[in-house]
Amino acid sequence: MVSPILELTNINKSFGHVQANKNINLKINKGTIHGIIGENGAGKSTLMSIVFGLYQANSGSIKINGQDIKLKSPRDSIINGIGMVHQHFMLVENFTVLENIILGFEGETFFGEKFEKAKKDLKKLCETYNFNLDLDATISDLSIGFRQRVEILKSLYRGAEILILDEPTGVLTPQEVDELFKILRSLKDEGKTIVLITHKLIEIMDLTSEVSVMRQGEIVGHTKTLDTNKEKLAEMMVGRSVLLRVNKQEIKKGEVIFKVKNLSVKDDLDVTRVKDVNLEICSGEILGIAGVTGNGQTELLEALSGIRKVESGNIELFGEKISDQDNFLNPRMLKGKGLAHVPEDRQRMGLISDFKAHENLIFGYHDQEPFSKSSILNNKEITKYSNKVMQEYDVRPNTPNLITSNFSGGNQQKIILSRELNENPKVLLVGQPTRGVDIGAIEFIHQRLIDMRDKGAAILLASVELDEILSLSDRIIVMFDGKIVGEKVNKNVTDRELGLLMAGVA
Amino acid sequence: MSNIVVDKSKVPWWVSNVIVPLVNLTLALLVSGLFIFIAGENPIKAVKLIIYGSFGYIQGFAYTLYYTTNFIFTGLAFAVAFHCRLFNIGGEGQAYLGGLGVFLVAINLSFLPVPIVWLLAIFGAFLFGAAWAYIPAYLQSKRGSHVVITTIMFNFIASSLMIFLLVDVIRDTNQMAPHTVKLPKEIWLPSFEAFSGIFGIKIRYSPLNLTFLLAIASLFFVWFLVWKTKWGYEMRAVGHNTQAAIYAGISPHKNIIIAMCISGGLAGLLGVNEILGVNHKIQAGFPAGYGFTGIAVALMGRNHPIGILPAAFLFGILYQGGSEVTFEMPNITRYMFVAVQGLIILFSGALENLFRPQIESFFVRRLSKEVNV
Repeated sequence: MVSPILELTNINKSFGHVQANKNINLKINKGTIHGIIGENGAGKSTLMSIVFGLYQANSGSIKINGQDIKLKSPRDSIINGIGMVHQHFMLVENFTVLENIILGFEGETFFGEKFEKAKKDLKKLCETYNFNLDLDATISDLSIGFRQRVEILKSLYRGAEILILDEPTGVLTPQEVDELFKILRSLKDEGKTIVLITHKLIEIMDLTSEVSVMRQGEIVGHTKTLDTNKEKLAEMMVGRSVLLRVNKQEIKKGEVIFKVKNLSVKDDLDVTRVKDVNLEICSGEILGIAGVTGNGQTELLEALSGIRKVESGNIELFGEKISDQDNFLNPRMLKGKGLAHVPEDRQRMGLISDFKAHENLIFGYHDQEPFSKSSILNNKEITKYSNKVMQEYDVRPNTPNLITSNFSGGNQQKIILSRELNENPKVLLVGQPTRGVDIGAIEFIHQRLIDMRDKGAAILLASVELDEILSLSDRIIVMFDGKIVGEKVNKNVTDRELGLLMAGVA
Repeated sequence: MSNIVVDKSKVPWWVSNVIVPLVNLTLALLVSGLFIFIAGENPIKAVKLIIYGSFGYIQGFAYTLYYTTNFIFTGLAFAVAFHCRLFNIGGEGQAYLGGLGVFLVAINLSFLPVPIVWLLAIFGAFLFGAAWAYIPAYLQSKRGSHVVITTIMFNFIASSLMIFLLVDVIRDTNQMAPHTVKLPKEIWLPSFEAFSGIFGIKIRYSPLNLTFLLAIASLFFVWFLVWKTKWGYEMRAVGHNTQAAIYAGISPHKNIIIAMCISGGLAGLLGVNEILGVNHKIQAGFPAGYGFTGIAVALMGRNHPIGILPAAFLFGILYQGGSEVTFEMPNITRYMFVAVQGLIILFSGALENLFRPQIESFFVRRLSKEVNV
């Protein structure tokens, strides 16, 4: 029997009346990779924030190596050998790797002896675990994958025995994920303990030896990874069985209805983000855009939907030019022409979180009948409509008067989707439709998109989730550094092939 | 620091909109009482004087309502801009210019039938106030110059401009003081005592006049505009999330300008009360701080007409009752009541959320217990 290095007993934590963690009991064994899986909002991050000392539990106890400890701040946790790599990195961009790592632990006023020693120690660590990092490089020059390594190195340097990683692969290419997993395995071999928080089943199956599943603040199951499979885990997460593959009919391709020619787009800082992009979408087709975040997908979608000005080139809808460097139709005019847009960032763009649900359900269509007549809003019609679509799209709770921020991510996304699909658009631009959405809702959203395609809509789907691109698209293009670097018909394409394109290697 | 997180959806509306402001107000008044005590007077006696001064006799009450009228206009002005997340600090200047609008219309068109002169004068007040707000609005929407800075500067510009006009252009040349001639008596708005005279009740002079009803109508107008029309909807959308507004094809530029112009126009209506209702001429500095106090009124009233009405009334009471106190208590100066106002602004504006989490979580706990029993 291996003794647990970390033991949580009856941890409870609530925020106001929301209980984020209920009676959590968890044992993590030394020298293992332990997965914690659950949907968004299941309480994974809260639990780990308690372990890292960011939050204090309302009740319960934490033992490390069999000893009761109190963790009042991250500093306590670091002293006790716990390190955490957050989803969003905590690095000073214009400092070097070395400066970032010793930040707060300099140990002397003027850099000298200890500084040199730190450098030597870090070099050794890098070699042991094959980090392949230049300690004098500036953070802003490093790719996301390397920045993550800096975070890991920082924790190790501070003496972490237990390393917590919160959704570490969200921003990485498949190749970077491979590299990360290699590092994690070698850490495990050196006797470190790793806790991996994720909502991706495949990572759990690949990497962990034990897994705990969380649902609605509780741990609903512990198991050895060898004794389970993806379907079982998904069922535990959601509380019912789910379809992991999308049912899709053969494509019935129509004419080209949306055309983009030599399009270039600049961002707010005047940097060209989309470079000479050409694409065509036919009715009844889903064109997927794969790519690591920040390679121009955002700006491309914004330009296509009339939010951002085109630098050069043009966009055609049904053979009519809707946008070039001189003119562009605004989003409302485009809606009138049958182009709808589900934006990739629903908090920033798709919704007004302080508005009530019914106000968001008509957003962008608010000046059309029956929602308003001679500029006066018709609340009765709006409420009637809201009740209807909220039922159709299974938005929970079904309360049009509730402030939108009180809905979960998945339900907010359904609000947007119902609004954009309701008018049966001919062209649909979709960005990250399932980011931060729970598995149950993902299934629903995917089905709706397929239905739209089968009804003859031309759909452009940008997503950083390769699984999503692969399971929905008929054709896939890959964007890297603002350019289209590859196009594949979605038959026997593997995520490896796409991954190489996404990294700009192939 | 407090770390209380309250589930907002469980907080009843009356807790956040009634109880919290009342607690803040009480605190402000308690601290004010302490000041009065330190100044060597009896706070309880001061409260009695305030209540007597503002409610105790009919003339005093009329004064209270007269002040309330001004505060409704300036409070609504701030609130409308705030729904588009614009801090219009320029109510003072916009009101000043609004007065000019009233005067110019009334004096030049006084040959028209009286009700038409009134309507046109009201329109003139709105238009001039709106025009004065338009410039900062334009600078904000096209150039990104922050409206807080520009509207403050525009208060000073308005003041200088009006002094220039009152000294050199529109001064009543039969005398030396910086004010205009009086408007012809026929077009003055009927005063409260004229009204009550019809019913055979005789009251001594008070500045309360027909404009009070215009203020009440403005409350309805703002409520309807902000919550019932597509313009209000779009203004709020731009205010809450500009990115989302652009996504939905709503123009932030247009809405910033519309919101500021309506805001400035409402502030301008203060001119109707002061020029057409009370003074019948433009005097230097007639907005007398109402524009600034309107900010506090709007903050206390949570930018909603239903809240602005009682908040404006409260400040009316303080103004009228306060002058009664300074009259009776030699140790309390006029500036003391400026301090009291300051405390109210401090507690209901700047420190608005000081006790909010505690109060809300208290009620949420209380109410959920009741449900469980």
